[in-house]
Amino acid sequence: MISYRHLHREISAAAALAVLLVGVAAAAPSFFAAGNLRDLAVNNAPVLVMAIGMTLVILAGQIDISVGSQFAVCSVAAGMLAKSALPMPLVLAGVLLIGTAMGALNGALVGRVRLPSIIVTLAMMVAWRDALRWRTEGAWVQDLPANFQWMGFSQATGEWLIAGVALALAAGFHWALQNVAAGRAIYAVGSDADAARLAGVEPARVTWMVFALMGTLTAAAAFLNAVRFSAVPGNAGAGLELKAIAAVVVGGAAITGGRGTIAGTVIGAALLGTIGTALTFLGINPFWEKAIQGAIILAALASEVALRRFEHARLHSTHGAAR
Amino acid sequence: MVIPNRKKSKRRPLNPTDYFTAIHYDDGPAAAGAMADSLLEARDIHKSYDGAHALRGASFELRAGEIHALIGENGAGKSTLIKVFTGAVRAEAGELRFAGRRLIHNTPAIAKSLGIAAIYQQPSLFPELTVAENICFAMEGKGMWSRVDWRARQRRAAELLARVGAAIDVNAEAASLSMAQQQLVEIARALGADAKVLILDEPTASLSEQDAQSLFRVIRGLRQRGAGVIYISHRLEELAAIADRVTVLRDGSTIETRAMPDVRREDLVRLMVGRELAAIFPKREVPMGEPALELRRLRCEVSGVHDVSLSVRAGEILGLAGLVGAGRTELAHIIFGLTPADGGEIRLRGKPVRIARPADAVAGGIAYLPEDRKRHGVVPELAVSANISLASLPSLSRLARFNFQREREMALAFVQRLAIKAPSVFSPASALSGGNQQKVALSRWLATHPAVLILDEPTQGIDVGSKAEIHALMGELAARGVAILMISSELPEILGMSDRIAVMAAGTIAAVLGRGEATQENVLSLALGHLPRTTAGAAPGSIA
Repeated sequence: MISYRHLHREISAAAALAVLLVGVAAAAPSFFAAGNLRDLAVNNAPVLVMAIGMTLVILAGQIDISVGSQFAVCSVAAGMLAKSALPMPLVLAGVLLIGTAMGALNGALVGRVRLPSIIVTLAMMVAWRDALRWRTEGAWVQDLPANFQWMGFSQATGEWLIAGVALALAAGFHWALQNVAAGRAIYAVGSDADAARLAGVEPARVTWMVFALMGTLTAAAAFLNAVRFSAVPGNAGAGLELKAIAAVVVGGAAITGGRGTIAGTVIGAALLGTIGTALTFLGINPFWEKAIQGAIILAALASEVALRRFEHARLHSTHGAAR
Repeated sequence: MVIPNRKKSKRRPLNPTDYFTAIHYDDGPAAAGAMADSLLEARDIHKSYDGAHALRGASFELRAGEIHALIGENGAGKSTLIKVFTGAVRAEAGELRFAGRRLIHNTPAIAKSLGIAAIYQQPSLFPELTVAENICFAMEGKGMWSRVDWRARQRRAAELLARVGAAIDVNAEAASLSMAQQQLVEIARALGADAKVLILDEPTASLSEQDAQSLFRVIRGLRQRGAGVIYISHRLEELAAIADRVTVLRDGSTIETRAMPDVRREDLVRLMVGRELAAIFPKREVPMGEPALELRRLRCEVSGVHDVSLSVRAGEILGLAGLVGAGRTELAHIIFGLTPADGGEIRLRGKPVRIARPADAVAGGIAYLPEDRKRHGVVPELAVSANISLASLPSLSRLARFNFQREREMALAFVQRLAIKAPSVFSPASALSGGNQQKVALSRWLATHPAVLILDEPTQGIDVGSKAEIHALMGELAARGVAILMISSELPEILGMSDRIAVMAAGTIAAVLGRGEATQENVLSLALGHLPRTTAGAAPGSIA
């Protein structure tokens, strides 16, 4: 339970989303047709699931830019496991295991070996991507068994399942991050790792844990994405890491760690994910999508810096007055 | 006896009680029972950082139900000893005992589970988290996967803050609190940890009189309940009021432990200094010129410096003495434009100047050799030559062309003049010893031909040979008419090198002493001062 005054960043992102939705509602009510909303939810579900993991990583004061490549590895793995005639639950388990292992490797290098996360994950981004290219030679995984697409359900059920799982994960992680001791440890490590160590928390363990979870969630995202199609491309997920980071930052998390919520990330992902479609409905050239997304990210970062300066100035003036 | 290194394969114990097993304790032949009321004991502790001894043979004994003061000059080793107790640093040699039993190794987690809590000078709260969470963090002791009870946390935090006598909103973010409030939150947290040993490092430095009094009440309450309190403070008057015993550290060793009622202030000051004036300082008598740097009622709110009036004449070495936190480095930062003054006047060679940025100071002929050599003195990756030329690049360039030939000649000249030991002027500064790095940093400023040279702890942590060379160079510069302001925590250096000595305390100048009238005792006594405490709302106190 957090009091609302700490959530002004999340609230401003939500306000921006509300303005967008109200604008669209006035100009093009057909945007809110059930089919369109479901498409939006299904298309953005994989990014959202990855952004949940990215929130954990950023809260702990780290960054992971290898998740796009991990996503590709997991997607191809899902296809290959399915082709080897494993039942779908086992395919899912295998993919989650592979993702967790890749994340845990990042976590070990950052947490235990103490390498900077930007460098470790940059190396992993290149390594996994090229290892995959070498293995698949750029080919798609095709001729998948019939029960692969939509996990053997009907398309409608499959779509609701994908959106539902993503939202359930978001809700679960949001709650756990606020109310489980391990979640609070992530905040503490991101806020001040030395102070956390003095309080008896092991920053290396927490760091390892968030990277491993990031890997698990990336694998889940890859699985949820792969089952929407009847074939798996060998180059999936390029640029997804940036989308996930953008959703977290727009959702009000501090890039330096210690501040942010999953609820904010959901809002950030919704805002960035609906702009493209909303522009189409408003009759604006969709080429503006990227420019507007960039502007939103800049605005989020600028307001973060401005807020910090304002708080700093306020603190100094009250401190001075107390003398 | 040497504390052995931790074995690699040892598993982390699962709960606090496991720390009491033989893994961590080694009951030697004369173990428990010998000192029934000894709570925490350190025997002959040694610790060095990069070859510089912080502790050499420090011993300390804390009994249950006592408030034990720990005092010493700057750099006497108080902070390091505390860190050994809290497990933040590992002693190289020596023995640690808790409740009479020998502790083989210590980490922050073990110290915490034993009930050792420390409050450092700089609050170590999580700035983004609420007060309630900061107080209760990791204290429920229910494990990583347990649920956090926010209502219980808020209740507990409010209750603990009430015991400290602080009216602070438990839902406020820690970052939004003042220093004093943060200090009170830390104290509440230590109370919540139910500390058996509470260590306070200068806890009242930022507290108002009223807050300090409620802190004393809390501490006395802890003593009543059988806890031990280690209390570090420079306010000797305060110690007399609250402490039962006092231990004096000097140069990393324990000098003496006495019962507080038996000692007088003068005895404590004598025990704290007592250092031999063995080194011979090459102080030369030189004719002095006009005042080169004058400060008139200089003030800066942010750094807590106020009413500083001083003057340094050409050819004069003015020593600036004082305790850490008295505002000496802060004053240097004001003069050099790093934290510009918000009141008062700076005059250079008689003319008032405005210094808003370091560039203004450099243009006015001021050079500043900072305290933290590794972080602000030299650029470790750059070559010796590039380090030396860094402050005089414009004079080495014509239009867009940089004269590498002249840079090299300049660097070679300084390497010879200051006897800098470097493989070549092209080797990176990081390849040099500390003393030689300091000479490189000094060369950079000499290359600008400064009229005023500010040296902040110029010989701290460097070898004896380089130290003597830097002292000789200071004498030479003074003879050439440079005005030198030297900040130093080493009293013999201050007394040996200075023409006059200004003593700072609590952000202002307590007194200026002539070379003849200064002694280690009276300089330290002035530095300790009657440290006035700022009461909320009152004007900054002045020292008579």
